[in-house]
Amino acid sequence: MMLFLENIRLAFSSLKANKMRSLLTMLGIIIGISSVIAIVTVGNSLASSLSDSMTSIGANNITVYLTLKEEKDETTEEGYIFKSTNNAGVGSKVMDEELLTDEMIREFKAAYPDEVYAISANQTVVSSGTSTVGKNSAAVNVIGISAGYFVEKNIKTSAGRIFNADEMIEGKMLALVSEKYANKLYDSPEDVIGETLVVDGEGKDYTFTVVGVYKTDGSAGSLTALMGMGNQATDVYIPLKAAQSITHTETYASFSVVINSGVDVNKFVDEAKSFFSAYYRNNRTIMVDAYSLASLADEMNSLMNKLTMGISVIAGIALLVGGIGVMNIMLVSITERTREIGTRKALGAPNSSIRTQFIVEAVVICLIGGLIGVLGGIGLGALIVKIMKGVATPSVSSIIGSLLFSMGIGVFFGYYPANKAAKMDPIEALRYE
Amino acid sequence: MSETKEKCIELRGIVKKYFIGTPNELAALDGVDIDIYDGEFVAIVGASGSGKSTLMNIIGALDRPTEGHYSLDGVDVSAAKDDELSAIRNRKIGFVFQTYNLISKTNALKNVEMPMLYAGIPAKQRVERAKLLLEEVGMGERMKHLPEELSGGQKQRVAIARAMSNDPSIILADEPTGALDSKTGRMVMDIFHKLNKEQHKTVILITHSPELAEETDRIISIKDGKITGERKGSGKAVEA
Repeated sequence: MMLFLENIRLAFSSLKANKMRSLLTMLGIIIGISSVIAIVTVGNSLASSLSDSMTSIGANNITVYLTLKEEKDETTEEGYIFKSTNNAGVGSKVMDEELLTDEMIREFKAAYPDEVYAISANQTVVSSGTSTVGKNSAAVNVIGISAGYFVEKNIKTSAGRIFNADEMIEGKMLALVSEKYANKLYDSPEDVIGETLVVDGEGKDYTFTVVGVYKTDGSAGSLTALMGMGNQATDVYIPLKAAQSITHTETYASFSVVINSGVDVNKFVDEAKSFFSAYYRNNRTIMVDAYSLASLADEMNSLMNKLTMGISVIAGIALLVGGIGVMNIMLVSITERTREIGTRKALGAPNSSIRTQFIVEAVVICLIGGLIGVLGGIGLGALIVKIMKGVATPSVSSIIGSLLFSMGIGVFFGYYPANKAAKMDPIEALRYE
Repeated sequence: MSETKEKCIELRGIVKKYFIGTPNELAALDGVDIDIYDGEFVAIVGASGSGKSTLMNIIGALDRPTEGHYSLDGVDVSAAKDDELSAIRNRKIGFVFQTYNLISKTNALKNVEMPMLYAGIPAKQRVERAKLLLEEVGMGERMKHLPEELSGGQKQRVAIARAMSNDPSIILADEPTGALDSKTGRMVMDIFHKLNKEQHKTVILITHSPELAEETDRIISIKDGKITGERKGSGKAVEA
């Protein structure tokens, strides 16, 4: 033990004597460890924002959407996520009469009364419209929403109220605007309540009365923003019926189902899919698919895991090269210090203590490299996460793991040179010039 | 004088061959018999290539003889394993080299502590003893100096303190004044005399210098791997 502490002290003094060389030797270890820590930090942050999103949006939502049959085969996992999050999945290839109808949804609700809590459907009336008040104007989308939409998106008002049941059924020309909208065009959210909202959409004007302002505190989390899910800030919500009366359509390319808690989400995804598929059995081009945020999260996680694995392989190569570098520098160091080794042996150092001395030195090099790598990795990871507007959460287990692994590299690559030193003939070593 | 004392080193028929089985086979030592007694100051004298370095390596337990028997304080060294040899060197022999062989980047105190470290002596005791030894050789003021900050004579004094650290019975000095000027060389020799007289250490001086050898109790001459003569020396330090 005493010798061990002495060896650590010796290792540090020998590193201090060769600062530049030691740093260069550590470089491989630093790069390897920091890339592992960075990717784990980013992965953790994504995973935690994913689970934040799950709790704020709710994992108990499933989305049913139409998709083209031949397209299904070539859809990649990434494409799947992005395509399915907006309603334009099937594009213009779908006839209006082929879309999902209110009738189908009513039958679905009747078939699964215990599972379905609410249906969240929406219809875009105006996309990229503008609303002008005085000198200021804001870009807005006008979207008709069903009552379930409030549940699905967890919409809360900061002023005024949401639509009541009668207004929803009658399809009154009322509107909910975002806080961002209210703050941009009015002094405060309260001021906008009861005001008339005129939206200029492709030359046509639509007029609504504002009844409420909904919160846009980013409750959907950074993941939603990352995946390009909607742009809540500029959305103006109107009752679905009102939208239907403007567009004269009662069909959807997709809608969401909020299911009761206790229902197996993944199982219900399959049931919903097969229920709606029955309507499209004879359709050659279109089919129905469904997903839940939970399954999306799974895909996201597996994607992240693949990325982590890829970077880990690169990091592994860096660590291997780093380890060989350490071995190389240890061999150089041992040659340079041949006389010292000879002297130590002459003065009574047993072979084992010489071996330990140089293994400890290699371990110290690797451990310092590992520490710098961990710090660098946390920094790099935090930077990437900051760019993605997430919260960095470094993983303690990966930090400890990295440091242990660095030590392992030190032992593994230090053993050969150390053993070479231990086996030196003291007479030869003392005579070495 | 020596008859009344215990024999500490006994070499019998020591042969050391190199390149065994090749056409270059060389016997550096060819049947050497030597007895050295406790508290003796002995010089082994020979020209370079005479085999005196090989003899020193064997006496110092750095090497094993090819043939023959070496007993040190009654222990058979010729049959010892590597780690046993390490332990013998550590406890029984204090080496002083021509080129000092101090560990660079390590201060005088740490250098003196080193043999005690390998002997497993606790840190506090190590430091205390190392300080004492350095003071004895007049290096008390420079304990924290690195070898590169010391003169040759100072380095050799640190090396002698180091040789004494585990209180060995034998000091084995290989041309200890070879790299020093005559004045500092004189000082180093005086330390050996002092250790021999006051602490009754057995001092074995390996040298090519007849003048230095003359100061010892007994002079053993070696040539071509064989002992060629043995005579008494003055046993007295030359007045500077």
